Amino acid sequence: MDKVAINLTVNGRNRQALVPPRMLLSDFIRHELELPGTHVGCEHGVCGSCNVLVDGKAVRSCLMFAVQTDGARIGTIEGMGADGSLHPIQEAFWEEHGLQCGFCTPGMLVAATELLAEKPDPSEEEIREAISGNLCRCTGYEFIIKAIRSAAQKLREGNGAAQTESA
Amino acid sequence: MKPAAFEYECPQQLDAALALLNDANSRILAGGQSLVPMMNFRLATPSRLVDINKLPDLDYVRDAGDAVEIGALARHAQVYASNEVAQHFPIMKAAYEWIAHSAVRNRGTLCGNLCHADPASEMPAIMQVLEAQLTLSSASGARVVVATDFFKGSYETAIAADEMLTMLSISKPAPGTGWGFEEVAMRKGDYAWCTVAATLQLSSGKIASARVAVSGVDACATRLSDAESSLDGQAPDTELFANVAASAALAVDPADNVAVSADYRRDLVRTLMPRVLQAAVESAG
Ligand SMILES: Cc1cc2nc3c(=O)[nH]c(=O)nc-3n(C[C@H](O)[C@H](O)[C@H](O)COP(=O)(O)OP(=O)(O)OC[C@H]3O[C@@H](n4cnc5c(N)ncnc54)[C@H](O)[C@@H]3O)c2cc1C
Ligand code: FES
Ligand code: FES
Repeated sequence: MDKVAINLTVNGRNRQALVPPRMLLSDFIRHELELPGTHVGCEHGVCGSCNVLVDGKAVRSCLMFAVQTDGARIGTIEGMGADGSLHPIQEAFWEEHGLQCGFCTPGMLVAATELLAEKPDPSEEEIREAISGNLCRCTGYEFIIKAIRSAAQKLREGNGAAQTESA
Repeated sequence: MKPAAFEYECPQQLDAALALLNDANSRILAGGQSLVPMMNFRLATPSRLVDINKLPDLDYVRDAGDAVEIGALARHAQVYASNEVAQHFPIMKAAYEWIAHSAVRNRGTLCGNLCHADPASEMPAIMQVLEAQLTLSSASGARVVVATDFFKGSYETAIAADEMLTMLSISKPAPGTGWGFEEVAMRKGDYAWCTVAATLQLSSGKIASARVAVSGVDACATRLSDAESSLDGQAPDTELFANVAASAALAVDPADNVAVSADYRRDLVRTLMPRVLQAAVESAG
């Protein structure tokens, strides 16, 4: 089938591409844009490891076609943090052992980003709800919850302060 | 797996979308949260997708006086968060706590959810309890179907191939209407093993206008008219609720599957229904 031209913004950078309609957004991001930080676990919406931000909202990139993102603003894990330094949420995951193998981590970070943008001081219940669509086979989730609570505090205290603290 | 190849159309106007549906090979793509998994598994191989996400003015949840209207592109997340729903349909809010996860609700639409008609899906039961009216539009006009006539079987509805569900209209319940909702699933966000939903009114201490529906235990979400007629006109009573639930558990026709047996599903109907009815009585008044 004919390829379709799309024009979108990925991690703040304008990208143009010709894509076959059946190409999943997850495959477009990983293989065409060569941003392999977005992971693919199940390809049917269940595991959450492929979560990316589309126009600021967390969505499953395995359940969207790349062709649908014409004009959209996409954020992937590679867009977090700046110049090789960790984003405060990443920093909190590091400090609190919010990851082991790291497979689920990009999706967890996207879920946490959306949560903390909407609720700067989430309750434990709200954190559990926010990551309920993300499967982790390693951590048992408790450290992830702790990490998100710590990230919330860092972000409330101001990114700058949080970054210097750990430097 | 990867989806099979298809032609992609992304109309900018409703008329253009409806014209494209005249072709038997076309399939609507809304939030994609049910269709795309099926395409990834090649359980669905449509040759043409009509993406409705760019159609204007369909992403509303609005107060229309006696009813609340919900457009085809209202996402689950938007419906869940809306003041109209919180105020008039607390039963929908309670059900949403059990429906999928935030990233899925950000894209999935309520109308797409109803058209997909998964046998274990919550909203088909809730819409039947609320007697929602569904507007089905096609190139040749529109018709309105009430939710109780819409669901026909497992993944089967009254919608024709050239029709699109453009709007859902849900009448605000009469003052004093009580409601109850209970579900058991493996995990929150998974499809239900059993969902029971009910609304009722109390008139001089007697139950009136009882509406009871289940999902997850039959080919599709269904209203239980026998249960309803056994409740109407009776005073609320624990024994009555237990009897109604016991009969309902025998009337439903669940199937065994790998996760849960048919008998267990019947037990869930028997256990959840009295709780739902009790909650409905307590919130009526
Ligand atoms: C991990 C996960 C968990 C989930 N958990 C639940 C759950 O607990 N309970 C639950 O109920 N659902 C659950 N879902 C499904 C979810 O609710 C879907 O969003 C919904 O079923 C489909 O809506 P959609 O807009 O994504 O439709 P799509 O996937 O785009 O379409 C679904 C079907 O409906 C048709 N269609 C869509 N819109 C229209 C329209 N306006 N008119 C006519 N036909 C139309 C399509 O052609 C297709 O056949 C889950 C999904 C995932 C991925
Ligand atoms: S790969 Fe997309 S949800 Fe699992
Ligand atoms: S850290 Fe291994 S899956 Fe979560």
